Amino acid sequence: MSEEHKLSMSIDIEKLTKTYDSFAALDDVSLSIKSGEFLSLLGSSGSGKTTLLMALAGFVRPDAGSIRFGGREMIFEPPHKRDVGMMFQSYALFPHMNVFQNVAYPLKLRGYKRADIRQRVEQALATVELDHLIERGITEMSGGQRQRIALARAIVFEPKILLMDEPLSALDKRLRETMQLELRRLHERLGMTVVYVTHDQREALTMSDRIAVMSKGRIRQIDTPVNLYERPANRFIAEFVGESSCLPLTLQGGQALFQGRALRGANVASGLKNPSLVVRPEKLQFVPAEASDYNLLRGHVADVIFQGESQLVQIDLGEGMSVAIRRPTNSSEGNRLPARGDAVVLGLHVQDTLLVGDDQ
Amino acid sequence: MVRLKQNLMAAVRGSWLYVLVLATMIFLVLPTLIVIPMSFSDARYLSFPPKSFSIEPFFKYFASLEWRSATQVSLITASLVMVLATTLGTAAAYSLHVTQSKVSGVLRGLLMAPMIVPTIFIAIGLFFVYAKFDLNNTIPGLVLGHTLLALPYVVINVSAGLRSYDMTQEQAACILGASRLRAFFDVTLPQIRFSVIAAAMFAFAISLDEAVISLFISGGDTSTLTKRMFSSLRSEIDPLIAVVATLMTFLSIIMLCISIMAKRKAGRSVE
Amino acid sequence: MSSDLFDALNARDLRKAQRRERWYLFGSGLPALLLVLLTFVLPIGWLFWLSLFNADGQLSIENYTRLLEPIYVLTFVQTFKTGIIVTIACVLIGYPYAYFMIKGPRWLANVAMALLLVSLWTSLLVRTYAWLIILQRRGIANDLLMSLGITDAPLPLVYNLTGTVIGMVHIMLPFMILPLYAAMKSIDPIYSQAAAAFGASPSRAFRDVFLPLSGPGLAAGATLVFVITLGFYVTPALLGGGKVQMISMRIESDVSMYANWGAASSLGVVLLLATLLILFIVKKSAGLGRRSE
Repeated sequence: MSEEHKLSMSIDIEKLTKTYDSFAALDDVSLSIKSGEFLSLLGSSGSGKTTLLMALAGFVRPDAGSIRFGGREMIFEPPHKRDVGMMFQSYALFPHMNVFQNVAYPLKLRGYKRADIRQRVEQALATVELDHLIERGITEMSGGQRQRIALARAIVFEPKILLMDEPLSALDKRLRETMQLELRRLHERLGMTVVYVTHDQREALTMSDRIAVMSKGRIRQIDTPVNLYERPANRFIAEFVGESSCLPLTLQGGQALFQGRALRGANVASGLKNPSLVVRPEKLQFVPAEASDYNLLRGHVADVIFQGESQLVQIDLGEGMSVAIRRPTNSSEGNRLPARGDAVVLGLHVQDTLLVGDDQ
Repeated sequence: MVRLKQNLMAAVRGSWLYVLVLATMIFLVLPTLIVIPMSFSDARYLSFPPKSFSIEPFFKYFASLEWRSATQVSLITASLVMVLATTLGTAAAYSLHVTQSKVSGVLRGLLMAPMIVPTIFIAIGLFFVYAKFDLNNTIPGLVLGHTLLALPYVVINVSAGLRSYDMTQEQAACILGASRLRAFFDVTLPQIRFSVIAAAMFAFAISLDEAVISLFISGGDTSTLTKRMFSSLRSEIDPLIAVVATLMTFLSIIMLCISIMAKRKAGRSVE
Repeated sequence: MSSDLFDALNARDLRKAQRRERWYLFGSGLPALLLVLLTFVLPIGWLFWLSLFNADGQLSIENYTRLLEPIYVLTFVQTFKTGIIVTIACVLIGYPYAYFMIKGPRWLANVAMALLLVSLWTSLLVRTYAWLIILQRRGIANDLLMSLGITDAPLPLVYNLTGTVIGMVHIMLPFMILPLYAAMKSIDPIYSQAAAAFGASPSRAFRDVFLPLSGPGLAAGATLVFVITLGFYVTPALLGGGKVQMISMRIESDVSMYANWGAASSLGVVLLLATLLILFIVKKSAGLGRRSE
């Protein structure tokens, strides 16, 4: 369903294919992005996420397929006719123009009047809190400032769609996390449709309404952050989003067995190829051996690693399998950690127990 | 004692390089310097120190219709060549840069070929073809011929500038709403301008100094400065040649300085 | 419309759009291409054509067979001889100069480069004229030689092969030094340092390490100088006094004096082919040399 609102537009991608020699960068990709949605394209390099973004921008011309903005076919349009905002990984600011001229450029191209331009540029720079630097040269700006100027330039003409190509990857960790929240807030305020490319799953989880996980030119799963994390469609997604171990299971008589015991609450869905148990460090708990409502795992402590706000306890389950359990660092009574070599019983709550199969 | 001898031998061994290089430096710059005092003397032979001193030759030069006309032809041609070669060459360099394919490789080869092919061969070929189209002894004919020789240098310079330029900026300009052409003029050109300026200087200098092609395809009223100088040197040594030589040398040095400054700025603007 | 049909049409349209955009980008280079075709490819092609017709207008190869006559052979020999002498001189003078530009004290090396560029940018005719002045009987070269007592009477330094070689070496030096300098600059000093660490004296390190590594640059410069000298016209014509007959001068006289287009064009073709052959051989042997490492 295509929609166009005052602030945003929907994007419909249908059967997009792009092949370079024999390498399929995009393999029959279809995707519908709702008007005003913040969608992340998540994947490692070579997954096709950047190619897809570039196709949306018009810099990559696909071999086949359709791209519609608000119902209008755009695939034959050159980049300068697409009227979308874009932020590049390297910011691509114009060094021979100052801050004002950079941000004013798209307005100048669209024929706005001088007074109008002035007002809009000041407003855009105020949104990114850089209005005091309006007359400075680009070369004087720090990395974080340049990033905001690039953002101001991308939104100054109020585009209904904003494309972002890993815009935070050049920043240090603290600045990145600050900017992630700021971008989210900006999106809530301005309301345009955002397509955001990243390889950092935590970033995607923080900012997005929905995440499309890509690999080898295809979309593996699209869902909200919560669903993607709690209900990954297959092992690839489970391992990509969040820290997890996937433990192999044996099937016997319609039940999944681990360490000889049948798993309860397990979704032994029919057709799951090579089912594995998804174990996330924060879902495991130390439980007494008789605990009900839990699936039990038995093993020995291999190592206890202090990681600041939490401690990671690595447990050897035998047969070459190991898991990690993460406990917050505090001095509460129930948080006494076992020592290396101790035998432990771990519990995975029945409702936290999840099985995944191979990706189709 | 042995150490002293070793140091002395090392010094002697090291100094021969300095002596040789110094001699070579004198060898390189002597001709350029010698023409200047020549133009202030009326004598045919330059003797050191110069026998007479007068600025008479300069007046004679400005009074001579032939030399003035030749100067005009050369300067006009060089200016036109500078504009034509820089424009065509920059456009070609851009095309080669963005389309890296086999076909563009052929174009690059063709553009560079005049550097390898003996100029005399090109010259007689042009003379022959021009004769058929009545282009001999015309300024347009000269401009086209000189542009051919200047193009390789323009392409090389501008290509170098493009290689150290971040093409993403052009992409940014496009997505912001600029057509490719507009993006080139608004964003790319201002940033490669030093390479383009250096290339323009090259083109001007090449045209001004061009002797072989001009010998064949220019004549009479449209003789170039180089042709007049050549004919003059062939027949007899006219002291006015020294004046022309001096003026040309000054012009060359100015062009060289501008080109060096432009190239240095081109390197710096990368940051 | 079935989706397969839609796909097929869509793909075709996209390919067409892709091709159209390609042509726009090529279009930028078309004016230059046009100029090169008209002023270079056309005339040269025509010359090739002309060389195949004799004086009576019939198709024949006598323009080429005529080149085997002694007078032409003499011209070829003289041209190649001049080329070899000039190249050797440039190597002997240019190598130390380039070396100095790399290893010498910064400020002096910069002066060396500056003087080289001044020489390169000074008009060819101006420099040739200057050599005429310097080398003539009453010129400063002879004045200097006589005042130093090296000779009693003025030596004939110009209007002969000597003058031609001196002038050509001066013109060609930058073409030897600049490629050599560029090649030397890219030689990592770590190699010579390693040789010294292994106990090699400076001259040994130079001979075993630096010299071979600078080989390709030297070959490039020497080839450039040789090939340009082969086809050079202005300087030999002015400094040779008619005693030095280069291929280029014979081409010129064939055209302006005898209007013998068949002779001139065939000579030019041979000159061009010789140039290309030499470049090709050097390129191939440079490639072979690299492969054998």
